[in-house]
Amino acid sequence: MYTALIYDGSFDGFLTSIFVSFDLKLEKVNIVKSQFFQDSFFEEKETIITDKEKADRVWLGLKKKIKPIELSRMYYAFLSENATVENALFMAIKYVFKSKDNVASNFSNPYILEISKLSKNVSREKHRMEAFVRFKLTKDNIYFANIEPDFNVLPLITKHFKNRYADQKWMIYDLKRNYGIFYNLEKLETIQLSFNNSFDPTKTNASYFTDSELEFQQLWKDYFKSTNIKSRKNMKLHIQHVPKRYWKYLSEKSPI
Amino acid sequence: MSFERVQEKLNILADAAKYDVSCSSSGSNRTNKNKGLGDASASGICHTYTEDGRCVSLLKILLTNHCIFDCAYCVTRKSNDIKRAAFKVQEVVDLTINFYRRNYIEGLFLSSGIFKNADYTMERLVAVAKKLRLEENFNGYIHLKSIPGASDELMREAGLYADRLSVNIEIPTEKGLKLLAPDKNRADFLKPMKKVKNEIIQYKSEKKIIKSTPKYAPAGQSTQMIVGASGENDMEIMYTSNYFYKNFNLKRVYYSGYVPISYDNRLPQIGTPVPMLRENRLYQTDWLLRFYGFNIEEILNNDHKSLDLDIDPKLGWALRNLHEFPIDVNKAEKRMLARIPGLGMKSVYKIINARRYGKLNWEHLKAIGVALNRAKYFIICASNEYERRDLTAQKIKGLILQNSKSKYTKTLSNQLNLFG
Ligand code: SF4
Repeated sequence: MYTALIYDGSFDGFLTSIFVSFDLKLEKVNIVKSQFFQDSFFEEKETIITDKEKADRVWLGLKKKIKPIELSRMYYAFLSENATVENALFMAIKYVFKSKDNVASNFSNPYILEISKLSKNVSREKHRMEAFVRFKLTKDNIYFANIEPDFNVLPLITKHFKNRYADQKWMIYDLKRNYGIFYNLEKLETIQLSFNNSFDPTKTNASYFTDSELEFQQLWKDYFKSTNIKSRKNMKLHIQHVPKRYWKYLSEKSPI
Repeated sequence: MSFERVQEKLNILADAAKYDVSCSSSGSNRTNKNKGLGDASASGICHTYTEDGRCVSLLKILLTNHCIFDCAYCVTRKSNDIKRAAFKVQEVVDLTINFYRRNYIEGLFLSSGIFKNADYTMERLVAVAKKLRLEENFNGYIHLKSIPGASDELMREAGLYADRLSVNIEIPTEKGLKLLAPDKNRADFLKPMKKVKNEIIQYKSEKKIIKSTPKYAPAGQSTQMIVGASGENDMEIMYTSNYFYKNFNLKRVYYSGYVPISYDNRLPQIGTPVPMLRENRLYQTDWLLRFYGFNIEEILNNDHKSLDLDIDPKLGWALRNLHEFPIDVNKAEKRMLARIPGLGMKSVYKIINARRYGKLNWEHLKAIGVALNRAKYFIICASNEYERRDLTAQKIKGLILQNSKSKYTKTLSNQLNLFG
């Protein structure tokens, strides 16, 4: 019989689930985020309470067996939020712990392969987001950006922005997952905002943003147009590089 | 900053700068200092792409499009009847900082028409970079154009603030330069290039002894040549390019298909298509020289002055040198693997890695990503099936073209039609 391990959706919660399944010697588990859980007659169910210590023990155990790049592939894959990723990770982690040698790059194992594929997708979007974030300056002097990435890449991109924008307050907010990261000139904080109804993330509302904000967006749009060479036009290539689903928040692509 | 004035200037001066194809922002090692703004060590990001599919990484503008010269191929030339504008130093600084803070760009690429004289112009370019570095504590990427004829002192200073410097040779041959830019001479181009090259060498040797030696143009020098404006052939272009790589330690040479902008009868007329396919073949050749271990004489020589448009230059070389093939992928050394058509350097390394664990067959090669439709005529592997027929170069080429759909097929047929 399968046991459903219901966790809070966090990475530590997931690792705690792994710990518990090993601890209870569960062979057949179905690790699932609480928001997606559906009761079933055919499953036992176990609610996991995230426990940092247990999570760390699993992570450190992995760290001893596999290379940093293989470890980060697992984390990246987890952030894909793919429906079967917990299962793939569970199987892969079991496989890693059971084997004497390091098998984390043995791509003939279907779970290892799946993790590698998912992590590639996440990594691609991480790079895209580092490029496509567009900050707008708010009246209280915070550079604010909203994003809606396919995968949960926000935790992966903050270091890049912290290194680059060390002297300005900034916030990147994931509207899809409803959380953001705020840099207050000292350190990063995770935050949740409640937006009032008049807030339209695709617009630049003058009551929130500085007067010059729209001007700079206009200048950027102008620049984008002027730097194009019409006689070399190649929209196919353009869309391949800047997929349409990201246009919404790109100031150069949206009407002001 | 007056918005309308800056807006108008930006439109004029970005439009005039767009023919410079270089937009690279990588190769620097400048990191964020003292909690300042920016980090050029992680540059190289394309923040967006123009509708012509080119990477937008830098704010690429001219400081001014006033110019005392009259180079026929250039929109900024003196005799051209266009709107002129000039940025103030502070305006460029403000634009750069504000674009950078919004994550639009990796930095600034500042070029200029020549107003008054070379030094007067260069001084202003340097002033922008200096202000960004010293007053704004800006650590993003800065690419400055070296103005032909600029003094050694200014070039020395430029390199202290810029990550990259470049002089565009534009016209590959002396005779072309005489024809199209009679008031310019080659020595003026070479002067700042030489100075920068020597400074970089000196910086590198001092750096070994004194760690705190101030950085000098950490991303090196580059140049650009226009293709298809002055009737030069591919051999002339690539030999010039090779000369500059060798003698000035250039990081990159860019090739820019000429975009007709003038009715001057020394030049291709407006409406002539941009030679994008030829440009692409030149880049491929450039790669073969820099990363694949080819010598320029192998690809272009007196018997073979132009690159084939219908096939890539590596395939072209292979077809002229069939006696070197077939190559056994399970035995051949790296140098020869790199010469097989359809194999990129990535595949070469993968093959070398994978063959340690066992002999490779067609399936393996396919999984590695080798373009077998081209490669199969040139290799043998752990399989009894291979091309045994004694095919002529002409025949192989025909077979390959039949079975491949180049992304340029359309452009190619258009361009071939146009040229008969
Ligand atoms: S000197 Fe430079 S800007 Fe002036 S016309 Fe010649 S190429 Fe153009």
